[in-house]
Amino acid sequence: MASEKAAKRFSHKRIERNVTLLGALALITVTIGGIVEIAPLFWIDNTVEKVDGMRPYTPLELAGRNIYMREGCYTCHSQMIRPFRDEVERYGHYSLAAESMYDHPFQWGSKRTGPDLARVGGRYSDEWHRAHLIDPRAVVPESIMPPYAFLAERDLKTGDMRGDLTALSRLGVPYSKASIAAANDDVKAQADPDAGGAAELQKRYPKAQVRDFDGDPARITEMDALVAYLQMLGTLVDVDKAAPQEQAAAPAPTAEKAP
Amino acid sequence: MIDGLVFKAGGWLALALLALVAAALAVDAPFAVHMVIVAVACLTALWFAVSRADYGVAARGVLQSPADERVYDDDPIRWGVIATLFWGVAGMAAGLFIALQLAFPALNLNLEYTTFGRLRPLHTSAVIFAFGGNALIATSYYVVQRTCRARLAFPTLARFVFWGYQLFIVLAATGYLMGVTAAKEYAEPEWYVDLWLTIVWVAYLVVFVGTIVKRREPHIYVANWFYLSFIITIAMLHIVNNLALPASLLGSKSYAAFAGVQDALTQWWYGHNAVGFFLTAGFLAMMYYFVPKQAERPVYSYRLSILHFWSLIFLYIWAGPHHLHYTALPDWAQTLGMVFSIILWMPSWGGMINGLMTLNGAWDKIRTDPIIRMMVMALAFYGMSTFEGPMMSIKWVNSMSHYTDWTIGHVHSGALGWNGMITFACVYYLVPRLWGRPRLYSLRLVNWHFWLATVGIVFYAASMWVAGIMQGLMWREYGADGYLVYSFVESVAAMHPMYLIRAAGGAMYLAGFLIMVFNVWATLSGRVRAEKPMTETPYNAAADRPLAPVPAE
Repeated sequence: MASEKAAKRFSHKRIERNVTLLGALALITVTIGGIVEIAPLFWIDNTVEKVDGMRPYTPLELAGRNIYMREGCYTCHSQMIRPFRDEVERYGHYSLAAESMYDHPFQWGSKRTGPDLARVGGRYSDEWHRAHLIDPRAVVPESIMPPYAFLAERDLKTGDMRGDLTALSRLGVPYSKASIAAANDDVKAQADPDAGGAAELQKRYPKAQVRDFDGDPARITEMDALVAYLQMLGTLVDVDKAAPQEQAAAPAPTAEKAP
Repeated sequence: MIDGLVFKAGGWLALALLALVAAALAVDAPFAVHMVIVAVACLTALWFAVSRADYGVAARGVLQSPADERVYDDDPIRWGVIATLFWGVAGMAAGLFIALQLAFPALNLNLEYTTFGRLRPLHTSAVIFAFGGNALIATSYYVVQRTCRARLAFPTLARFVFWGYQLFIVLAATGYLMGVTAAKEYAEPEWYVDLWLTIVWVAYLVVFVGTIVKRREPHIYVANWFYLSFIITIAMLHIVNNLALPASLLGSKSYAAFAGVQDALTQWWYGHNAVGFFLTAGFLAMMYYFVPKQAERPVYSYRLSILHFWSLIFLYIWAGPHHLHYTALPDWAQTLGMVFSIILWMPSWGGMINGLMTLNGAWDKIRTDPIIRMMVMALAFYGMSTFEGPMMSIKWVNSMSHYTDWTIGHVHSGALGWNGMITFACVYYLVPRLWGRPRLYSLRLVNWHFWLATVGIVFYAASMWVAGIMQGLMWREYGADGYLVYSFVESVAAMHPMYLIRAAGGAMYLAGFLIMVFNVWATLSGRVRAEKPMTETPYNAAADRPLAPVPAE
């Protein structure tokens, strides 16, 4: 029978006697799935549909994002709103792929011990964030969030931010040479309106919010950076403008001209 | 040759000095601390190289052919067993502590080093990579020697793997406490720690494959297939997912190579297969050796092992996107991930069936042998969580379960039930054999451990099911007025009793673990507890066999 012939030609025993063959076949077997699923994301155009308003993080926001990562905020907060009615009503428009296109690494999260933060920017005042980070239960009695009072007490030490922006630009984030050169000054310019340079900062980074975020104008603290980051989350893209683009891709809706 | 020794000692000294220079020039404090730790490690290695130099071994050359080919090289395995227990206590204690923090936030202690956000990666890495990783390295060294009938290849390298891996753990753990993190779940160590692990891991592959090449048996036993695929795949996943560019070569901060959607899928390709290969393939390898040995029965089906091995390693890789349902990941990738996750149920159960059916003819041992009982419970939990996983990967289920504590419960029924239980059983099997003791100090304490662990898991999983489903339903609950009924924080407050029950379950599990530590310690110190045997059931060796199939008349 044909199957018996096949069995003679191929026997698993050959693989079991040859560690090179076993290892090579195992490696091939485990690479296939990744190649099929991940590789196309780098060249299929509509994986990340372009939207207006996206820009790289300002150096202060980036420093704040690094603090967000350092403190493991992602272990309890997601930054990915799913397209469900309850999530959209609770957190805002569902997240677009383009909104995390400059996130090295992504911070979508996997657990909501606390609420989603993808669009937390502008929802609360700086004072609220400061009080909440220093003592969460003073603001929200039922909260189980750890207190982060030390952020307000500690000067922001970013090191040389030009190195950070250079690394990111090498990875494809469009920081201009001027942005990289001005990185350290831009930190001060954004957190201290009196320091000057706010106009150039906002030219380089449209919609950048310039103010003293931590209520202590005398110095720039880690609280300044983290609040600056939280206050910009989800504020860059005008999602209503992005909507017609989605509808163009979907079947045309029936005309709604009724009063 | 004494030259070799001088060369080695000089090398350690040079590395130590290099690390100290890096510490002095570091751009951030945690990097300086880490370089000092590296320098201390190098100086310790230097001290050992000089003070305990075996000049006979040095004379035999670089590869240091072992002295006595008639006995197995079990020293690194003994260290590995002790390291498994040590990191297990550390990781599970950290887990219990952060579970209590969720119930009582005051336990964050108002210190940056003890916040949930920094301790959670410490817990996950300690139990997966320190406890699980040491168990895998130790058992793989044990199994590969026995099933190949050969001593470990490259004994010096084998020891380097063990100590290098401990250094990786120390650097990762201290990094988390200081806030050094790449912020990708289960891949949190920063770039230089990742590079170090890569070196250690390649050395591990060389030792493992080298031993297989040395084998005196014609066939490579099935457990070694699983170990080999685990080592190879973890290398691939680790390297790709941790590609990053440091902001400074003298600083701890780096930026991930990929961004946004691509980074998300790379991360969960890694994350899900850390489960698939570290916590499944590797532990199935343990199962394939230790269950037949403890049951004194051959593996149930050779064909099934071939079939489920290849299908398991092929399918697992595809399942990553189920962590990203309804996100900005393209829909085709989500659906592909879901479909493969559901198919994955079958090869997973293939492993469970092969393990459980190995007890054919030895089922009575469940009553008499608490170690077998642990193995059976491990396989049962493996089966349950590999059913639960595919179910949760269905988009409709996932729309509710994602972001909730159900995921945490699912992970722990696999980690505590499958990985924990099978590791305990293997340690109980190994300890008397490795230290030449007639038996464990006490089998009745094993029985206590078994029940504390089992009841602990039930408390843990059940409370997290309730918590997860409650969260999922409260977040989407609409009133008759068309408004959301609950604010987010109301769902947080509702979790309090569940978090208390979960912490109680975790405490029981940890208590069982501490009993094991005591039992092992007593066994090592040569004590044997005079106790009534677990059962008086008579044993009839002649009747103890599987029923041969009888042809129909």
